Amino acid sequence: MPDLQQKLLNYCIALGDDSLVLGHRLSEWCSNGPFLEEDLALTNVALDFIGRARFFYSYAAELDSKGRSEDDFAYLRDCRDYRNFLINELPNGDFAFTMARQLMVDTYDMLFYQRLQHSSDATLASIACKAIKESRYHLRRSRDWIVRLGDGTDESHTRSQNAFNELWGYANEMFDMPDDEVQLLDTGIAVNRAALRQDWDHAMTEVLEEATLEVPANDWAIGGGRQGMHSEHLGFMLAEMQFLQRSYPGLQW
Amino acid sequence: MDHETERVNELLSTVVDPEIPVLTLADLGVIREVHCDKGSVQVTITPTYAGCPAMHAMRADIESTLAKAGYRDVTVRQSLSPAWTTDWMSEDGRKKLRDYGIAPPAGTSCGKTIERIECPQCSSEDVKQISEFGSTACKALYQCRDCLEPFDYFKCL
Repeated sequence: MPDLQQKLLNYCIALGDDSLVLGHRLSEWCSNGPFLEEDLALTNVALDFIGRARFFYSYAAELDSKGRSEDDFAYLRDCRDYRNFLINELPNGDFAFTMARQLMVDTYDMLFYQRLQHSSDATLASIACKAIKESRYHLRRSRDWIVRLGDGTDESHTRSQNAFNELWGYANEMFDMPDDEVQLLDTGIAVNRAALRQDWDHAMTEVLEEATLEVPANDWAIGGGRQGMHSEHLGFMLAEMQFLQRSYPGLQW
Repeated sequence: MDHETERVNELLSTVVDPEIPVLTLADLGVIREVHCDKGSVQVTITPTYAGCPAMHAMRADIESTLAKAGYRDVTVRQSLSPAWTTDWMSEDGRKKLRDYGIAPPAGTSCGKTIERIECPQCSSEDVKQISEFGSTACKALYQCRDCLEPFDYFKCL
């Protein structure tokens, strides 16, 4: 397989992993939401992310010389093969933590997919066109929630602030470009994620200020997801998510 | 349009949305292209929402409807670009939605302020949003302040 196609394949898998892992986390709220409408909302957003993952994995399957299918990518790879950002695999925590992460990811997704719409790769561009429409209302919702929680009761304010403090260092990875992506960037396929940081900081600051929350200091950072180095949490998540295919190989609906 | 394409289109116009059965796939704007060639049919559909679980059923319904009419060689392919928008929903479809008790998408496309959502029961515009999502990803939950009925609103996308 030519080098560039291999890098494109890896790129699709990483983008699929981001979507699938966060989609699965959100789906864990099913029947655990704070109230019925919110339960529906969280799981509908989960579906959007899982649908997005399927687009990326299907495209990856077309590019793959080993003939793997979208299900193989989702169910038959172990932790070290997953390439998602760590922020997506963190356990849901409380509702404030889930929505704080969602705001950080939705804000990033808006910036990222806006650029990916102009990718020189037509399939990636079309997935981005689809994704951005959904990210737009995801962001509207996560933004509203953070303003309500931050500018709400003492309890909701404290929990939201704690959530951002705990999450902030995970943002760094979203703007860190590995060498492989730099090469895809030169061909017009990939997005220069490093260039998104300033806009992201600006957008986040605006919402946090409205929510009467403090923007956490940028004094720690953790990464490694794009290199397959994960937190302990992903293994537990995959053990549950992949259970059926591992126990009954080839099982179909 | 040749005779065969016309016939296939007619058959397709009987396929309905599995979750909102008053709408046909054509009303929704999901069917993008039909191509017939010596008995083989290629239908191009576009997904409404990325994770919409109804897409699988739509695909199966298209295949079975055409199979029943004698078409054995049917391919349903998916296209993502241009991305589906509620702007493609037919006028007829909007009316059918309203009669069914679902407020049709107001205004055009997403990203702008939502304008003039009417209660499908009493036509009041004094309504409030209960939740950004209703029973499916494509709908939001609203309530009418006048007649107090809760209702689904088909979101603009």
